[in-house]
Amino acid sequence: MNFSDQLEARFADMLGHYPTKRSVLVPFLLYTQDELGYLTDEAIEEIAQRLDLTALEVRNVISYYSMLRTRPAGKYNVQVCTNICCLLRGGEEILEHARKKLGVAVNKGISEDGVFSVEEVECIGACSWAPAMQVNYDFHENLTEAKVDEILESYRKKAQQ
Amino acid sequence: MAYLVSHPDEVKVISSRFGKGAADIDRYLELDGYKAVQMALQMGSEAVINEVKASNLRGRGGAGFPTGMKWSFVPKESAKPKYVLCNGDESEPGTCKDRLIFEHDPHAVIEGAMIAAIAVNAHKAYIYIRGEYRYLLEIMQKSIADVYARGFAGKNIFGSGYDLDVYWHGGAGAYEVGEESALMESLEGKRGVPRIRPPFPAVVGLWGGPTVINNAETLASVPHIIMMGGQKYADIGTPKNGGTRLFCLSGHLEKPGVYELPMGYNLKKMIYEVGGGISNGRKLKAVVPGGSSTPVLTADEIDIAMDFDSVAKAGSMLGSGGVVVIDDATCIVKFALRTMQFYRHESCGWCIPCREGTDWLNKTLTRFHAGGGLAKDIDNIRYLAENMLGRTFCPLGDAAAMPTIGFVKKFREEFEAHLEGKPCPFEKHGAISQLPVMSH
Ligand SMILES: Cc1cc2nc3c(=O)[nH]c(=O)nc-3n(C[C@H](O)[C@H](O)[C@H](O)COP(=O)(O)O)c2cc1C
Ligand code: FES
Repeated sequence: MNFSDQLEARFADMLGHYPTKRSVLVPFLLYTQDELGYLTDEAIEEIAQRLDLTALEVRNVISYYSMLRTRPAGKYNVQVCTNICCLLRGGEEILEHARKKLGVAVNKGISEDGVFSVEEVECIGACSWAPAMQVNYDFHENLTEAKVDEILESYRKKAQQ
Repeated sequence: MAYLVSHPDEVKVISSRFGKGAADIDRYLELDGYKAVQMALQMGSEAVINEVKASNLRGRGGAGFPTGMKWSFVPKESAKPKYVLCNGDESEPGTCKDRLIFEHDPHAVIEGAMIAAIAVNAHKAYIYIRGEYRYLLEIMQKSIADVYARGFAGKNIFGSGYDLDVYWHGGAGAYEVGEESALMESLEGKRGVPRIRPPFPAVVGLWGGPTVINNAETLASVPHIIMMGGQKYADIGTPKNGGTRLFCLSGHLEKPGVYELPMGYNLKKMIYEVGGGISNGRKLKAVVPGGSSTPVLTADEIDIAMDFDSVAKAGSMLGSGGVVVIDDATCIVKFALRTMQFYRHESCGWCIPCREGTDWLNKTLTRFHAGGGLAKDIDNIRYLAENMLGRTFCPLGDAAAMPTIGFVKKFREEFEAHLEGKPCPFEKHGAISQLPVMSH
């Protein structure tokens, strides 16, 4: 399979950082996922081949890291933290609200239009600004239900453009 | 975008460049950047280590190990290349300080890593940043590129004849990867499971070479120590606890935020003055003083100095600097359950006491909180947790067990209040949401 020029450049650059090829694996998997939406069978085969690993070895690594996925998520993955500091400031209510609003009943479920998925996540390093969530890589902090509505609306608009 | 706060009691060392645009290399240079590394090159390895020893700097990643001593364990001669590895995995619940450093002063981390490399005569340094912090990884990538463009990294840095490469590395979501040996596994492209010690990383680390692993805040403190001198830095703190640290105040406070305070600052003052007191006019119930893995303190136990030794004497740990404040409307059983849910999700599964223990505890606490608890469960929870202590390859098992023991010991009556099918006396929420064991 072919990677985009950007991903190829990333791969070539990273290979030069380490004494072993395999070391590029974790960050490169994430960059690949960012391009493809998830780690497809073809991508896993391709990466395994490039790094002299078996596909199974790559899957073994994928299954360890919670950000890596082998199934699609929504275009915008809404990741709500409910860990202790967020819990104290309403993180569970925020998660519930986001789920209801987007009609996503189960953890990591995708909204009907495919625009959103909602995931409950562990601490994202925003504890002093709780409750917090990330939409893809963007942080949103000091959340209220009204603020969540606004944020989700802005992503919905973006998706329509 | 992480917000900045300030308080008159703050002593700004690590945060001295926050909000000043220091991610830009020219600005960093204007603010005395990359002077310390040049001084270190002139001083040489031994003098740098001695300066850091004199500073009484202790690791900000959680364990509080003396940094200068750690560096001195690296063998002078080594057949294999030596490495410096900056730990920017920051995942301990309650901790959000490295994020501010990476955002506002990324070059301080690079410069600190370079000085550490010079101290142990390593020629390669890696800066590992957790996967969720993508915007910070991008800032770091640019900062490293700028450093190379100026000739500060690579061959013959600052015309000294010393070669030193600096690389970034990114994670992909795993708390356990913050544990030093799992961190190396992850960097080597593997599942982040811990390695048995000894040998310690200072002797056998990355790709078998001697490796210094330090937290991002620890490394960012180093250029300041070189600039101001170890003794002066030590004088800011308390005996054996040099300098300042970033305290992440969170939970039920009027003014949560990340504040830089001298080591040994009084916890009560931290809560009531710096943090503005308990929010919504409520009363304090408990404080988790150093991130989720540190045993809870009750409201009467907070008149203590926040340094490693004083908090240890009070029966807890200074940990990673995450001060989580809990008000009197909060259910401790629920809090204990959410804490355990986290450890159960993050246990890498390598050691049985940790993998099974966190799962059992999670199940028991879930049932207990839902009103299905039996009186004997209370002692069982404690017994289970006590049996995890010290029985695992890495301290994640302890990190799950210690707070649990603390909750049961100090808040037994709250556990008892949940017995005999009684609904949670505090609860406004419904059933606690459940994360899957492995998330896919
Ligand atoms: C389960 C677990 C998670 C950890 N997570 C982190 C982390 O995210 N960041 C960190 O700097 N140290 C973390 N540590 C501590 C590291 O193992 C190590 O002690 C530290 O990076 C050493 O740096 P320091 O001496 O500068 O503190 C963790 C330890 C354990 C047991
Ligand atoms: S606990 Fe939610 S961001 Fe740390």
